[in-house]
Amino acid sequence: MINVIREPLIFEISSPGKSGVRLPALDVPEKLDVLDGLAIRSDLEGFPEVSETEITRHFTRLSQMNYCVDFGFYPLGSCTMKYNPKVNEKVAALPGLSGVHPLAPEKLAQGNLELMKTLEKLLCEITGLDAVSLQPAAGAHGELTGMMLIRAYHQAHGNPRKYVLIPDSAHGTNPSSAHICGYVVKEIKSNEKGTISLEDLAREMTEEVAALMVTNPNTLGVFESDICQIAEIVHARGGFVYMDGANLNALAGVTRPGDMKVDVLHLNLHKTFSTPHGGGGPGSGPVAVRKVLEPYLPVPVIEEKDGQYHLNYNRPQSIGRVKSFYGQFLVMLKALAYLLALGPAGLREMTEIAVLNSNYIRHSLKDVYHLKYDSPTLHECVFSDKFQKDFGVSNLDISKRLLDYGLHPPTMSFPLIVHGALMIEPTETESRRDLDLFIEAMKAIDREARENPELLRTAPHITYVRRLDEVQAARNPVLRWEKK
Amino acid sequence: MYPDNLYYSKDHEWLRLEGEEAVVGITDFAQKQLGDIIYVDLPQPGKVLEAHQTVGSVESVKSVSDVYSPVSGEVVAVNSELSQSPDLINKDPHGQGWIVRLKIKDKAEVNNLMKAAEYEKYLEGLEH
Repeated sequence: MINVIREPLIFEISSPGKSGVRLPALDVPEKLDVLDGLAIRSDLEGFPEVSETEITRHFTRLSQMNYCVDFGFYPLGSCTMKYNPKVNEKVAALPGLSGVHPLAPEKLAQGNLELMKTLEKLLCEITGLDAVSLQPAAGAHGELTGMMLIRAYHQAHGNPRKYVLIPDSAHGTNPSSAHICGYVVKEIKSNEKGTISLEDLAREMTEEVAALMVTNPNTLGVFESDICQIAEIVHARGGFVYMDGANLNALAGVTRPGDMKVDVLHLNLHKTFSTPHGGGGPGSGPVAVRKVLEPYLPVPVIEEKDGQYHLNYNRPQSIGRVKSFYGQFLVMLKALAYLLALGPAGLREMTEIAVLNSNYIRHSLKDVYHLKYDSPTLHECVFSDKFQKDFGVSNLDISKRLLDYGLHPPTMSFPLIVHGALMIEPTETESRRDLDLFIEAMKAIDREARENPELLRTAPHITYVRRLDEVQAARNPVLRWEKK
Repeated sequence: MYPDNLYYSKDHEWLRLEGEEAVVGITDFAQKQLGDIIYVDLPQPGKVLEAHQTVGSVESVKSVSDVYSPVSGEVVAVNSELSQSPDLINKDPHGQGWIVRLKIKDKAEVNNLMKAAEYEKYLEGLEH
């Protein structure tokens, strides 16, 4: 076992007078009252002073403590932590694209607008819907924008309505988005297959319900096979079907939400379409809609006429701006590069492998870990700790032990409808070899749970830090260094 | 293990009758499911609630869950200790971890709730 030395904070290795670079002596008079002193901060007591060697080693060590997709398998369910080709980063960094000023006149940004319009068209084709806004900054922002479109439509037709129906297998952000948009959320319980019960939906679906928000496939990885009937029930009462498209890597290139009678959908360009996910952003959450909702899309809308592109801000029915400038342009470029490189056949293959990988894991572990719902699943699968619980081992202990095997744990305790959940999404970028490493580790952990449960309850053992005090971290977080 | 003097809801709230008022909290089963509780969102006294309406929410290291009012009534007091020590719900869910005190609108609604033995049976059916 490696004996880990605690890496000090950079403030703790500071000593007065040290510096990384030596500047030449001043050959002009020293001036301290720059900008009347306004720009000089006085609250930075203890600013670290370190040598170049020290700072290089410090940050290199910190980077080695991190676990990332470039390092290994990252089966964080619901998050699609797939590997994203580096070439897309190169494309987004091209000077002509990354250097354009957001206030540049339209005629000098025709190429940029063309790229955005091309992406919009591709996303329409992938979703089977009529129009796309690239404005929203990320997934939940896309959800909110989509709900605002629905509200604007109902408002324009006399009654914004009061309720939004959301199944208990939906993404956790859905209720928040509906609530922020001024709706009261009503939960629909899943049936024994882990899908929406048509009877429950029919009972709850009234003319006061603005929309149903459905995640498809849902957080169990189960495809809502009744989606067309679901949509008919909602449409019959004048409601809209909002689909959370965050799980689109289970469908893209194979089937289209528009063909399932979905009216509004957001996509996560980060995660599904090649921007690294979970790095603190930026993301991008375009919204795709049916024709009837198009007039309400946020401004500006990119219009194309005679090969010229124009940003239209004059849209009287629009919900207005949702983002400064034009959305997350560089994320759009990565998505476009990714889609053009894959093509329709490649996109379909992306989805097929995502589903195949998840089912390979599910099949390999189904006798070792409990599966509450045995409906077929697509891109992710949800086990629970039920079998291991008999030995006093929880999903938390299993997850912590995975760290000792050099693997990132799955999503835990979500979705809430599976107690002790371990939600695994391998994504399409993992090889058979990497999947097998994970499967073998999970099998070994199950054996350990039976033979030596204490080993799991005290895990991890070989990581830089051991088990953290989550309660203390949540109740009394220390977010900033303070000089003692 | 569940006190006989309490009434229980399917959503895992308990209710203790005190004259025309009722004290409400979440059950031991609920706190175990949630894990370490780090924050409790309490209602304002005076809030009028229907049965099954959200009275507040409980946040643990794992998740956030709504707490529903088992009966209709008006909030007359909240357990303000929980702001400083939300872990009282973990330590003593049926006692010091109470969440709100309600003035009951219709006492007959209490009959819709379960007694301890019935609730224990209900839990057995739920275990995974």
